[in-house]
Amino acid sequence: MAALWWAVIFSGVYHGINPGMGWPLAVSAALMERKHSALPKALALLALGHFLSMTAILLPFSLMVFLVDWQVQIRVAAGLIVIAMGIYLLINRQHPKILARVHPARLALWSFLAALAHGAGLMLVPIFLGICAVGTSETGHVAAQTLMGSNLMIAFTVAAVHTLSMTLAGGVIATIIYQWLGLKFLSKTWFNLDLVWALSLIGVGAFGIYSVYLGH
Amino acid sequence: MNLRPDPTFHASPKLAMQAPVENYAFTVMLSPDGSESDGIAVVDLNQKSDTYGEIVHTVIVPNKGDEFHHFGWNACSSSLSPLTGHAFLERRYLIVPGIRSSRIYVIDAKEPLEAKIHKIIEPEEIFEKTGYSRPHTIHCGPEGIYVSTLGGGGPDGTDGPPGIFIMDCESFEVIGRYEMDRGPQDKHYDFWWNLPQDYMVSSEWGLPPQFENGIVPEDLLSNKYGHSIHFWNLRGRKNIQTIDLGENHQMALEIRPAHDPTKSYGFCGVVVDTTNLQGAIFTWWRDDDGKWQAKKTITIDPRPEKAENLPPLLQGFEAVPPLVTDIDLSLDDKYLYVACWGQGEMHQYDVSDPMNPVLTGKVEVGGIAKGAAHPNGKPFAYGPQMVEISRDGKRVYWTNSLYSTWDDQFYPDDEGGQMVMARVGENGGLELDPDFYVDFPKGYRSHQIRLEGGDCSTDSFCYPSV
Repeated sequence: MAALWWAVIFSGVYHGINPGMGWPLAVSAALMERKHSALPKALALLALGHFLSMTAILLPFSLMVFLVDWQVQIRVAAGLIVIAMGIYLLINRQHPKILARVHPARLALWSFLAALAHGAGLMLVPIFLGICAVGTSETGHVAAQTLMGSNLMIAFTVAAVHTLSMTLAGGVIATIIYQWLGLKFLSKTWFNLDLVWALSLIGVGAFGIYSVYLGH
Repeated sequence: MNLRPDPTFHASPKLAMQAPVENYAFTVMLSPDGSESDGIAVVDLNQKSDTYGEIVHTVIVPNKGDEFHHFGWNACSSSLSPLTGHAFLERRYLIVPGIRSSRIYVIDAKEPLEAKIHKIIEPEEIFEKTGYSRPHTIHCGPEGIYVSTLGGGGPDGTDGPPGIFIMDCESFEVIGRYEMDRGPQDKHYDFWWNLPQDYMVSSEWGLPPQFENGIVPEDLLSNKYGHSIHFWNLRGRKNIQTIDLGENHQMALEIRPAHDPTKSYGFCGVVVDTTNLQGAIFTWWRDDDGKWQAKKTITIDPRPEKAENLPPLLQGFEAVPPLVTDIDLSLDDKYLYVACWGQGEMHQYDVSDPMNPVLTGKVEVGGIAKGAAHPNGKPFAYGPQMVEISRDGKRVYWTNSLYSTWDDQFYPDDEGGQMVMARVGENGGLELDPDFYVDFPKGYRSHQIRLEGGDCSTDSFCYPSV
């Protein structure tokens, strides 16, 4: 159980350091507006968009507990979807064009779409379903409604914990570059995570399926 | 795809200025009568090299009559945009349009000495997918490579207005038109933008029948060339405001926004004022209410000249107009260089205060009824035209041809292509370097220059210089 929560935190850090999830925007906001306070403000908007994107993906899965009998199938299907997204990103290495149409000031919308397009929410699904499954087996059989309530809580908590760790990780990089290192390090710390990211999705999806049969 | 951003991508103009200096220039080779194929010359700019100032490689294309003019990179510092970051693209391909043929060549310049054609986009593909013709200015931006065109559809390019189309920055596939609402825009020339502030500015030359076979004096004297600049919501693809500079301000050409993205102003050069033959620079800016404004901040007077010394086109005026045909702004937004192609002068203005430019340097070379020689004693045909500034702002390169048919009207006795370089003093000032003089192969003229690793009219920056 604790390992799964650590996975939620770890995935947040992982998303946070990926420039594709927005930390360079926080740096540019502070520089463009010439005030320090623009940095945390931009981070907050990015966090809001990311959080909404996570919940948009996790909530439908948490509602599916009505199908208690189909839990195994749901978790396998979820794993396959995540793997499929990873394979899609492996094959289609183009950047999502929709992001190019978003106005630079609409950071929350941008962050929502960026997370959606990169499958950031999907990466959490197998971990989330794992947590739900452990919860169910610990509490035994309870009414579907109670179960749904607790799963909703878990979904929000997972999204919140993940977004918090993402924001902290991205915020630390953005602040260090803005305050101390300077713009030169912006391009120096910018690594191409496209391949690693796609492989991570495949890895997480495979883990999700594996854990079903492992009995977690 | 790289694992790290291309080292020639810079977050801010200041970082670009501190980057290593240029080793090569890529310069257009134009066969003015289409008897030879056009090409790109690779010029050695490394002063320690044995072949410094020489053409060390050429890429000659397979077709004739393309008429190369302007060109640009597939990727620039805009790839570090925090919004649409595509940091792992390479600045590797030159996108070279033929403005007469509407054909586009993609040249792989990864190894400048082995530069070669990577892909050819045939005119039919552009006509079919965009309805535009005569591609011109290239910039890399949020949705790919943006290409401005000078013509619409039909054989003479007047079937519908010209505009901008977008190409994929990796496959070089033509995607389609940019504009969703062009407003009153019906002519086109140059465009540039401010990416974080999300605006674009575009300008107007004239429609193809007004330039392809030479300047049309009747159209000029009746003020029928372009005289407006257009402001766009860049990502919304919408014309938000058009400023008419006044119909006497004929041919509003180069758009040069301040490089620092926190600034909301820039410049536009006007070739000729038909009321007095002056050349002019307008400063445009966004006021506190968010409205765009433009004001004439530089005027350059014509020089009186006896009719017998003038080409037939100008004899009736008994004067040489400056003909401001190109301008370029240094990366620190300090110096604006203004090519006076008619009078044979390159001016340097301190534009630290963009509303009050101050003339700080001037070089005379070539010119109508003057033909001033280069300091090394060799001739300089026509006048200073396409100008490009090194990233560090210390060297200013320029060539001499404006446009095939126009060269012949304004300079009927001249022929040849030259590329020269002037050095900028510590506190401004401009002096031609006697040791840098590139004479183009016989039968070729020269036009736009691009510097290896980016220059002052390609890269768009997404972070301010701090």
